[in-house]
Amino acid sequence: MTARWETIGFWVAAAGLLLALAFPLSSEPAPAVTARTDLLLAIVAAAAAFALASWRTAFSALFGLVGTALGCAVTILLLRDAEIAGYADWGYWLIVLATWLGAILTSTRLAALPTGDQTARWLRDLAVPLFFGAFLIYLWEVTVRGFGVSPVLMPAPSSTATRLAVSLPVLSEDFMQTFVRSVLAGYAIGCGAGFLVAIVAYRYNFLKRGLLPLGNFVSALPIVGIAPIMVMWFGFDWQSKAAVVAVMCFFPMLVNTLAGLAVAGAMERDLMRSYAARPVQTLVKLNLPAAMPFVFNALKINSTLALIGAIVAEFFGTPTHGIGFRISIEVARMSLDMVWAEIALAAVAGMAFYGIVALAERAVTSWHPSYRN
Amino acid sequence: MTSSALALPRAAWRPAWVTERAPVLAVVAVLFVLWYLAAFLMNAPQVRDAFERNDIKYTLTDVIAGTMNGDRPVVPAPHQVVIELYDSIFGYPLDSRRNLAYHAWVTLSATAVGFAIGAIFGILLAILIVHLRTLEKSLLPWIICSQMVPILAIAPIIIVVFGAIGIRGLLPKSIISAYLCFFPVTIGMVKGLTSPDPIQLDLMRTWSANKLQVFWKLRWPSSIPFLFTSLKVSVTISLVGAIVAELPTGAQAGIGARLLTGSYYGQTVQIWAALVAAAVIATVLIGIIDLIAKWTAHRMGATT
Repeated sequence: MTARWETIGFWVAAAGLLLALAFPLSSEPAPAVTARTDLLLAIVAAAAAFALASWRTAFSALFGLVGTALGCAVTILLLRDAEIAGYADWGYWLIVLATWLGAILTSTRLAALPTGDQTARWLRDLAVPLFFGAFLIYLWEVTVRGFGVSPVLMPAPSSTATRLAVSLPVLSEDFMQTFVRSVLAGYAIGCGAGFLVAIVAYRYNFLKRGLLPLGNFVSALPIVGIAPIMVMWFGFDWQSKAAVVAVMCFFPMLVNTLAGLAVAGAMERDLMRSYAARPVQTLVKLNLPAAMPFVFNALKINSTLALIGAIVAEFFGTPTHGIGFRISIEVARMSLDMVWAEIALAAVAGMAFYGIVALAERAVTSWHPSYRN
Repeated sequence: MTSSALALPRAAWRPAWVTERAPVLAVVAVLFVLWYLAAFLMNAPQVRDAFERNDIKYTLTDVIAGTMNGDRPVVPAPHQVVIELYDSIFGYPLDSRRNLAYHAWVTLSATAVGFAIGAIFGILLAILIVHLRTLEKSLLPWIICSQMVPILAIAPIIIVVFGAIGIRGLLPKSIISAYLCFFPVTIGMVKGLTSPDPIQLDLMRTWSANKLQVFWKLRWPSSIPFLFTSLKVSVTISLVGAIVAELPTGAQAGIGARLLTGSYYGQTVQIWAALVAAAVIATVLIGIIDLIAKWTAHRMGATT
């Protein structure tokens, strides 16, 4: 997108906001926006901000942000009216569309901000996706409430958030059951076993050549399918879920660790030999450190696999708590806001898990070229 | 431990397939032995109980025979699974609900549609991301985050929502598998479309090629290897998605439904047979994509 089109786009967004004043907000009889001074002022200010943002200055992104924020605030506040929520008309959607256009252009400007030093670039690269995500949630909220979508089909983010805040005890119980008991136990067992078997297989070439094709084959299989078998063997409680997670984590760990152990080149191994290092010393001081990037790759893959495995396994039978259990029960009861609250919980848990593994990777493999600047 | 750099080539009298296949066959054989052993050890208490309850005198051979042919064993022996597979595929007419091939077909069709949607969507997304810098900055982090969310958890919601607006059957399941399998394609294709060297891009510039020409003549051809690698990953994922999508709603047909009914009624052999069927489908799908990849590479002039 060239700068010229961006300028035109900002002007269109500003004009759209002002044009919206001429249309009715709702298909029901409702007071027009021109009757409310504060909202009217906010819309005009938003239009002015977009118009100012059209000049390619250092403050362009800032003006864009202000305009977007004002547009969002107005539309959210308007939804408080019973005449508008569910009956929104052209005037309302024009404000939303204009704000949307402004937001797209603002994120373009934001992403193109010139940055001098490291911290500024880091901040910018964090701000762009955050802005994008926040606006996505806003669009979801406005669409659901503006069109009056039934909460049985798709709850608004705000009602999910309320539900999340209200049912924290239930959520923390589910979190303990699914994440702390099933996922962490299974993850530790599966990754640990995969790691140890890989070391043994590295030592015995015959085993390695037998296990590697098998490991590649099994990694491509739909392993979650073993969930009903594990539930049958280990009962309804967390042990069966941990078993599914362990099996899911085992093969990626095995394959990756084997690949990592083979990374250390002939030159390095010869050096260790010339130091008269025993095989164990070579393993601990050369092969294992060199394998760490691969091991962490497996740990990261497994951190997402593990949560999925545990949740799916809970569909096959579980005690009366757990994320997967709650989801299947609440779907049946049509209370989708609780389902989305559980999903949000699982998402946050999954991202935090991944983030912790990534931080550990950074600490352990700080020597790796991918962390050099 | 000898250094491989110094090691001489292995004795030449052993043909290559022996050194390659023998370890795999040995490991597989060991696995089968372990499987039979597990079947015996885990089923034995059940069988022994049954004998003692009915006051029948039994010997070890009776117990072994019992563990290998139990009706609802804890661990079915491999041959039981094979027999169940054969019976459930050839024992009933093709459109019967008791036929495994029918269920496999239901899952396979959902997988195929989902895979097609996911692959096309993934490729389009990658093309957009490569060409629009803003999207790369704002969308890519969220795509990665979206895979940290257990998407499978959304499966019941998608099915409920689609069911409410009157779309049932194949499509909701396909959407779920598409949602799962677009990710590897997008990531792989972003990598593939950006794989041409700056020097090659510069050459295109000196020929005053426009963006479309750069795309069709340079970016797209050089992304093909990446495309097939990610397609192989995502086809299995879409199979998993289709199977899991059948679980939460208690679907009537499909491999997932087969797993679910098997687990409700304790039909272990049925579960194992369904799992083997899923594994076979996954293998065949990957094989097909591999073949297409090889054919494409051949047509594009790859020498190996």
